[in-house]
Amino acid sequence: MMAQTESEPLISVTGLVKRYGDRRVLDSVSLSIGQRETVALIGPSGSGKSTLLRCINGLTAWEGGEIRVGPHRLQAAGTPGPNGAPSRQVRRLLGMVFQDFQLFPHLSAADNVGEAPRQVLGLDRAAARSRAAELLERVGMASYAASYPYQLSGGQKQRVAIARALAMQPQGLLCDEITSALDPELKHEVLSVLEDLKRDGMTLVLVTHEMGFARRAADRVVVLAEGRVIEEGPPRQVLDAPRSDRTRQFLSRVLS
Amino acid sequence: MQASILLPRCIAGPLAQGLAALTLVVLVSGGFAAAADGAAARNERLRQRLADGVLRWGGDAEGGAPFQLRDPKDPGRVIGFEVELADALADVLSHKLGIPIVAEFVQYEWSTLGLGLLESRDFDCIISGFEITPKRREEMRFIRPYYIYAEQLVVRADDERIHGLDDCLDKSVGTLNGTAADRTLEERGVRHIVRFDGQVEPYLDLEAGRLDAVLLDTPIVLYYASVNPKLKNAGPPFGRGEYGIALRPDDEDLAEALDDALVELVRNGRLLSILRRWHLWNADQVALALSPDRETQLRGLGFDADGRPRPEAELPPVDPVDIHVIADSARSWTFPQYAPLLLKAACMTVFLTLCSMAVAVVIALPVCLARLYGPPPVPWLALAYVEFFRGIPLLLLLFVLYFGFSSFGLQMPAVATAIVGFGLNYAAYEAEVYRSAILSVPVGQWDAGRALGMTEATTFRRIILPQALQTALGPMTNDFVALFKDTSLVSVIAVPELTKEYLILSRSSLKFLELGLLTAVLYLCMSVPLGYLSRYLEHRFKSAR
Ligand SMILES: Nc1ncnc2c1ncn2[C@@H]1O[C@H](COP(=O)(O)OP(=O)(O)OP(=O)(O)O)[C@@H](O)[C@H]1O
Ligand SMILES: [Mg+2]
Repeated sequence: MMAQTESEPLISVTGLVKRYGDRRVLDSVSLSIGQRETVALIGPSGSGKSTLLRCINGLTAWEGGEIRVGPHRLQAAGTPGPNGAPSRQVRRLLGMVFQDFQLFPHLSAADNVGEAPRQVLGLDRAAARSRAAELLERVGMASYAASYPYQLSGGQKQRVAIARALAMQPQGLLCDEITSALDPELKHEVLSVLEDLKRDGMTLVLVTHEMGFARRAADRVVVLAEGRVIEEGPPRQVLDAPRSDRTRQFLSRVLS
Repeated sequence: MQASILLPRCIAGPLAQGLAALTLVVLVSGGFAAAADGAAARNERLRQRLADGVLRWGGDAEGGAPFQLRDPKDPGRVIGFEVELADALADVLSHKLGIPIVAEFVQYEWSTLGLGLLESRDFDCIISGFEITPKRREEMRFIRPYYIYAEQLVVRADDERIHGLDDCLDKSVGTLNGTAADRTLEERGVRHIVRFDGQVEPYLDLEAGRLDAVLLDTPIVLYYASVNPKLKNAGPPFGRGEYGIALRPDDEDLAEALDDALVELVRNGRLLSILRRWHLWNADQVALALSPDRETQLRGLGFDADGRPRPEAELPPVDPVDIHVIADSARSWTFPQYAPLLLKAACMTVFLTLCSMAVAVVIALPVCLARLYGPPPVPWLALAYVEFFRGIPLLLLLFVLYFGFSSFGLQMPAVATAIVGFGLNYAAYEAEVYRSAILSVPVGQWDAGRALGMTEATTFRRIILPQALQTALGPMTNDFVALFKDTSLVSVIAVPELTKEYLILSRSSLKFLELGLLTAVLYLCMSVPLGYLSRYLEHRFKSAR
């Protein structure tokens, strides 16, 4: 199931420029991600990985270039604004999972999952409940439906967060280092959920430092450094035989 | 000082009045027919004016004996020589107008009686040991006086140094704030004047040695000092003045009618028996007899034609009040009698607090939202609101809302005013509590909401606000506790709440400690559970983070 073969990419980023003050945090980034593709986004700290993900689903405005997600087109700051209707449509297609979970502390696990379907999709309470139950089941958290976030471990929280993102029935998930806050044993439970999702055809964009996971699960690895895409290709090629010195340098530091 | 306006009347009075009477008789007989017509029209207007059958008079039962005090037999009732006077006046009015009229006592704060009469029009007249002064005459319409008081210096029984005010110039002298006695002390150049709001405290301080002397009106001395063996009068009473009934200047019909009614009470001896019943009658009262029929009035007031007091034996018998009425209250008031009164007042306090807090909590949200998320001029305005209402004293706010606005015809009931005032004031505090609570919600929560496709508004309402409210609950509960105590301020606009009731009851009985303890317990019953709630909520949400 090589996703690249499908004609229309789900996400395509062209010439994206993002500045913080004078610094170009993203410097003309272009990237295309196909339907059902799993892309691992790697690179040194501060290279702009999180910023790129936030741009893609409109959480951050940018200065140049454009992003298309499915039929929707997001443009540089000024035009529709990051909070406008287009970015909300994009968010319907792309869920997002955060490194620090950001579960809603005042809601139970089931309500964390069911809240957006009720508020955004207009599901009634019962429908939202059953959708939540189904998704919690899918991430192996069915027995914690009534638990509040503070009662859950990190791995459990992250699985609920994934279920929450899935509840909006997106075509893809943007995951920003979703295992880095977790102990090694807990990482495993989250990563296996991701592998399940991949198997079910979910498009995944994973910012990760888990090279082993990237190698095993990713269709493609994209290396970002100083706001530029410096290398991309199948994991075996990028991780085992990097063409760029910068990539090699980065990998030696991560893998050592 | 009243003495100055009164002196001419005392000395030159009889002569001048005799002359005036003569002229008047001539004038009156000429215009008699016209006057009768005028009187009929006036009575008709008055019947409409008093159509609800109530003559409201403002006073302060905190003023105590003999003016207005709580009944030793029933602390829920107000008695006093002014209560009897008001009832008698209503009787006369009722008889003359041929409609039923009763006098109704309106409990007020002594210091705001003038505002209550003129601005908020909460009652028709003031009867409350209210001295007639030139300054008050400029604003209010006084009818003829109903009592001549004097000032009496009181010292400790064992004091041999002080025999009059001249011995006090370098001593500490206590008095009631804003009274004629207060002004007398100032004019005499007494260096150390200690001003009190109640008539009991100066004597307590005198007994305790914190004061050297106390200067107060003779009726107060009679009931609070002369019954105390540890105190004695220093020198004779001096500086006579008049207590008068004050009305609004535009209420001329009622003023004239009350004036007529008072003359009637003077003539028929009813005022005399009220004064005698309360041990207030003395030779000074001769000045109450005015032209034209001064002789009839003199007789009615218990004097002979030369103005000499007639012997007691010749006067009709009265049923005298126990001069130890205060001690009597102290003895006879039992817990089951006064507890319900305090409890009732406590209910008012709870009611005020709950309503005010509800108003504050509701107003605070838009203010806070405007401050956080409004477009350019709006946050500035919201900040101005917060600074304004946090910056001005509550007392000032209540005053302006109640007395200030009513002069523009914007009249609100006192309780509503109190709720609005507290609500506006506390909304400023709660808006800041909300603001910091909202800002304390991590930005990531906004991202999480948005990333799920929620609008800003939905994210705020469903995600941010509930968390902020949890954070805010603790500080809000603390403010709630503070509000319970702040509500005691509303007695200035005559809302009968717990602290005021305590002051009234304790000044009528001197049971300061016993009543104070019960009052404190009532306040604690309100605030302690809230304190617990606040700590519980804080703890609960902290552990949930
Ligand atoms: N809100 C902000 N204001 C200013 N600078 C920012 C902001 N957010 C990010 N940056 C800067 O942008 C650059 C890219 O940040 P970003 O978080 O995208 O890096 P990253 O690749 O995700 O790094 P990491 O691996 O550490 O998460 C960094 O230099 C960072 O300092
Ligand atoms: Mg990052």
